Amino acid sequence: MSPLTSSVLTATIQAPKIEYSQVAPMLIVLGAAVLGVLVEAFAARRLRYGLQLGIALVGLLAALVSVALLAGAHHIVAMGAVAVDGPTLFMQGSILVFAVLGVLTMAERSLDPGGTAFAAQAASVPGSTAERDAVGAGIMQTEVFPLTMFAVSGMLLFPASTDLLTMFVALEVLSLPLYLLAGMARRRRLLSQEAALKYFLLGAFSSTFFLYGVALLYGYSGSISLTGIADAVSGATGGDALLLIGTALVSVGLLFKLGAAPFHSWTPDVYQGAPTPLTGFMAAATKVAAFGALLRVLYVALGGVRWDWRPMMWAVAILTMVVGAVVAITQTDVKRMLAYSSIAHAGFLLTGVIATSRAGLSSVMFYLLAYGFSTIGAFAVVTLVRNSGGEATHLSQWAGLGRRSPLVAGIFTLFLLAFAGIPLTSGFTSKFAVFSAAMAGGAAPLVVIGVLVSAVAAFFYVRVIVLMFFSEPVGDGTSVVLPSALTTIAITVGAAMTVVLGVLPGWFLHLADQAAVFVR
Amino acid sequence: MLHTYAASGLVASPASGVFSLTWLLIALPLAGAGVLLLGGRRTDGFGHLLGNATSWAAFLVGLALFAGLLGRGAGSRAVGQHLFSWVPVGGLQVSAGLLLDPLSMCFVLLITFVGSLIHLYSVGYMAHDPDRRRFFAYLNLFVAAMLLLVLSDSYLTLYVGWEGVGLASYLLIGFWNRNPEYAAAAKKAFVVNRVGDFGLSVAIMIMFATFGRVDFVGVFAGTSHASSAVLTAIGLMLLLGATGKSAQFPLQSWLGDAMAGPTPVSALIHAATMVTAGVYLVVRSSPIFDAAPTARLLVVAVGAVTLLFGAVIGLAKDDLKKALAASTMSQIGYMMLGAGLGPVGYSFAIFHLLTHGFFKAGLFLGAGSVMHGMNDQTNLRGFGGLSKVMKITWLTFGAGFLAIIGFPGASGFWSKDKIIEAAFVGSGWQPWVFGLAAMLGAGLTAYYMTRLFAMTFHGQARWSDDVHPHESPLVMTIPMMVLALGSLFLGAVLGPTGAITGWLEPVVGAASEGGTVLAPTVISLATLALVVIGAGLAWLAYGMRPVPTAVPAATWATVAARRDLYQDAFNEAAFMRPGQYLTRSLVYVDNRGVDGVVNGLAALVGGTSGRVRRWQTGFVRSYALSMLTGAAVVVAALLLVRL
Repeated sequence: MSPLTSSVLTATIQAPKIEYSQVAPMLIVLGAAVLGVLVEAFAARRLRYGLQLGIALVGLLAALVSVALLAGAHHIVAMGAVAVDGPTLFMQGSILVFAVLGVLTMAERSLDPGGTAFAAQAASVPGSTAERDAVGAGIMQTEVFPLTMFAVSGMLLFPASTDLLTMFVALEVLSLPLYLLAGMARRRRLLSQEAALKYFLLGAFSSTFFLYGVALLYGYSGSISLTGIADAVSGATGGDALLLIGTALVSVGLLFKLGAAPFHSWTPDVYQGAPTPLTGFMAAATKVAAFGALLRVLYVALGGVRWDWRPMMWAVAILTMVVGAVVAITQTDVKRMLAYSSIAHAGFLLTGVIATSRAGLSSVMFYLLAYGFSTIGAFAVVTLVRNSGGEATHLSQWAGLGRRSPLVAGIFTLFLLAFAGIPLTSGFTSKFAVFSAAMAGGAAPLVVIGVLVSAVAAFFYVRVIVLMFFSEPVGDGTSVVLPSALTTIAITVGAAMTVVLGVLPGWFLHLADQAAVFVR
Repeated sequence: MLHTYAASGLVASPASGVFSLTWLLIALPLAGAGVLLLGGRRTDGFGHLLGNATSWAAFLVGLALFAGLLGRGAGSRAVGQHLFSWVPVGGLQVSAGLLLDPLSMCFVLLITFVGSLIHLYSVGYMAHDPDRRRFFAYLNLFVAAMLLLVLSDSYLTLYVGWEGVGLASYLLIGFWNRNPEYAAAAKKAFVVNRVGDFGLSVAIMIMFATFGRVDFVGVFAGTSHASSAVLTAIGLMLLLGATGKSAQFPLQSWLGDAMAGPTPVSALIHAATMVTAGVYLVVRSSPIFDAAPTARLLVVAVGAVTLLFGAVIGLAKDDLKKALAASTMSQIGYMMLGAGLGPVGYSFAIFHLLTHGFFKAGLFLGAGSVMHGMNDQTNLRGFGGLSKVMKITWLTFGAGFLAIIGFPGASGFWSKDKIIEAAFVGSGWQPWVFGLAAMLGAGLTAYYMTRLFAMTFHGQARWSDDVHPHESPLVMTIPMMVLALGSLFLGAVLGPTGAITGWLEPVVGAASEGGTVLAPTVISLATLALVVIGAGLAWLAYGMRPVPTAVPAATWATVAARRDLYQDAFNEAAFMRPGQYLTRSLVYVDNRGVDGVVNGLAALVGGTSGRVRRWQTGFVRSYALSMLTGAAVVVAALLLVRL
């Protein structure tokens, strides 16, 4: 036996020490996901829908309670892999609330005569006999719920990771289920599958950028932990090409996830092709997770070289705002328009990131909360406007909606006004917060561009309002279908929070401000 | 908030006593609108009564506040009421509050009094409309929003009111939206106003960027430190906002179409109150405009151009309401002109605004009464000789007519004359150009109003046999009589006594006399001569000679005026088409251009991309390549920054 093998054999392996109570939110959601898989395997088919919905909701609410119980925590746990601090908890709370609303809309069964918005049997070829049989048998793909729970657990870990490898694992855990879910639409299945494939290929592509960036940063600093990189940056004396290229590539990976230009090209296709309830959930929760990770990397690990990455982020923010707002103007599909709107919002959020200050962090967290509520609500409204072919997403089909269904059109108007940033809605408060943070952070030109772009963006939101209230309805059988309590709750909560965060945002702003300190 | 917001050092004291009721002004009509809109059909029976009650109650509150302000010294007539903290965290402090001072008091009285009269009139006018309750709900909503606009103590809450009156205006223009033409009119008003509102919102953003605050106190205190370029930018953006709301050149085109709404709406919103919000905005922002002479000069120019533009359109219009709308545009041009002249004109602009509120509302209600008796017809060529059958309408309309042409002694004489005189103050070319434009406008006004008056009430009757003109019920004529009294005597009460200038002085500064390039008596006499000539020519052409019922062929000038001086054609060519091309080409770049560029790059990248292309189909290839390019640029940018 050689000396090497004997030393390996005799070395004791330290059991990792995990503070289970501190990572409870993620464990609860993961546990619920695993339980969901077991239900798929063992429960009778007719019981699954109710069981899965119950497990998902109970799991999410329990995780939300454990987040609330952890409030005020400020330390790094799990062998230096996970941070439990203000930003983590605020964003985990946001993600869990959006997940509850998202699961409610995904479980909606009374809009489509066939059942949920997801395919009866995702594996069947579109247009095949197998598909017809599955639809005829009235079965549904209840795996949707555990898949969502897996994605949520990845999202919870993503903004909490304090080393880049944990972050990468979280990135994949949140992405893979979403790739699958995006391809499972009940109507227009080919479009949905195409979107899923595109999302998967481009997502894999961006993951490689991220991973290569991690490798370069490790090569530079000898560490994968964010604080280790920060120490290496502050003690550096030069020769930092590795650091800069690594920073750029990690940023590209993260910017892809939050849909910033020029890494946005997947967004419109995927938002349009994916089942609408999933799109709403994805637009709200993925954005929170991705911005959380970006903020942690840029603020904790790379704060020392912010003068190097800020100019690049300026350019990305400007490009993102302009592309999102300008291209949205000519969109003729509601979901594509909302996708470009989400790109523009990513640009506004980036102005807050660039502030590199406590105000920047808190305003971005508030913005994400406000935007998430409006987005889930808006996509939930999109699921209600239907004709015989499913959802009627072409804008011409929304003409005159205000005459036929003033309530639904009025609520959608509220969401559009919030996206446009009109006072007394959450959109105004949150834009105001990020712009003033950017202003104080020395990014005045960026704010001017942001203001001009939001004025342009207001145009296409208003155009939809004009269309709904002032145009003659087209008689192609488009109508508003009454949802069950599930979607009604989601829309009501979205609308109510849009108003509350606009009129009385004080408590939430205060909470975000209190939470805006990263543990280092 | 013990800081001044006006040149004279006026400070708003905290609201106490009767002034703690200020919020009721807005709350009363708002509650009325809420009950009527949420109550639905259940409130049909008493909707019009509730609408009237809340509006009149707001007027009584306004009167009480007015008495309270009168009881104070001139230097302390300003009260601020804090409502609630809107955004109360860290560096962001935005609170919602009200400011009651002599300037807003003028508007409160005008809005609540004229507004209430029009509420009363509408009881009769809308008696047969199945949706009368909804109409009153919108009217109440409008009154609440307009009061919020003039009572807010910051640009942000002003903006909320500004959007609120806009909303009420679109709802009421499109009230009879079963008619697609009317719905199109509402849409046009909406779109044109969006351009103006864009200006106001940009102005607010620049204020916030420069001063860090958007309340009047904070902004006006900051003007002394700000650069003149910034102040000019703010002034120009505020002016853009004002031109949209007040239908001034170049955003005037929506007002004529807005006449599609019910006539009481035209009287209240599109003549007496909302359209004057732009003038309020300019006068309220006087500390900004005083520090930005370029912006102020442009205000004067916009006013002068619009007053002639509106008057020329009015010369040829054959539609009763559209001719009155053109005249509104022109009269607001006078107010803008006055407001742009600075301290010498601010108080006269507001003075003309008040008298105009009375006589133009009276004229519109008179027009409504004529339409009521003539089967909703508005073609002047189908009227004639109505003075015999509609005595009260004839007399009250006549009072408004005398006021608007500036008949000596009537309200308009006192207010318009002062603006013309102020336009002659100064040196260089400006007093001559603006003064003469204002004077010429007075002559044109006399011509088109006399034409309109003669074609409606005099000459031989030209209406068809199935029309039976009759006088309107008392509920409609009483408001008209009250407004007629105001048209005749309000000017004499406020003007020559110096009441209005003294009242407004703490807010807008002293209106110094003198400094005109011509003697004031010469100006007055010349103006009067032009008015007599204009009115005389029109009487000869339309009062003495028979009016053809068919539209006669005309010169190119008349045709241009009938077509609103081609403003729609111009808008289409100048704004709509280039805008469409711009967005189209940008989309082209995003959809195809990026693709093309990326395809070109693909050839360069060579072997790698060739293999990539083989297993990727469609657009994913170009998406991935655009990401690759983006990543390369990001890396290069970071490295370059360090170099």
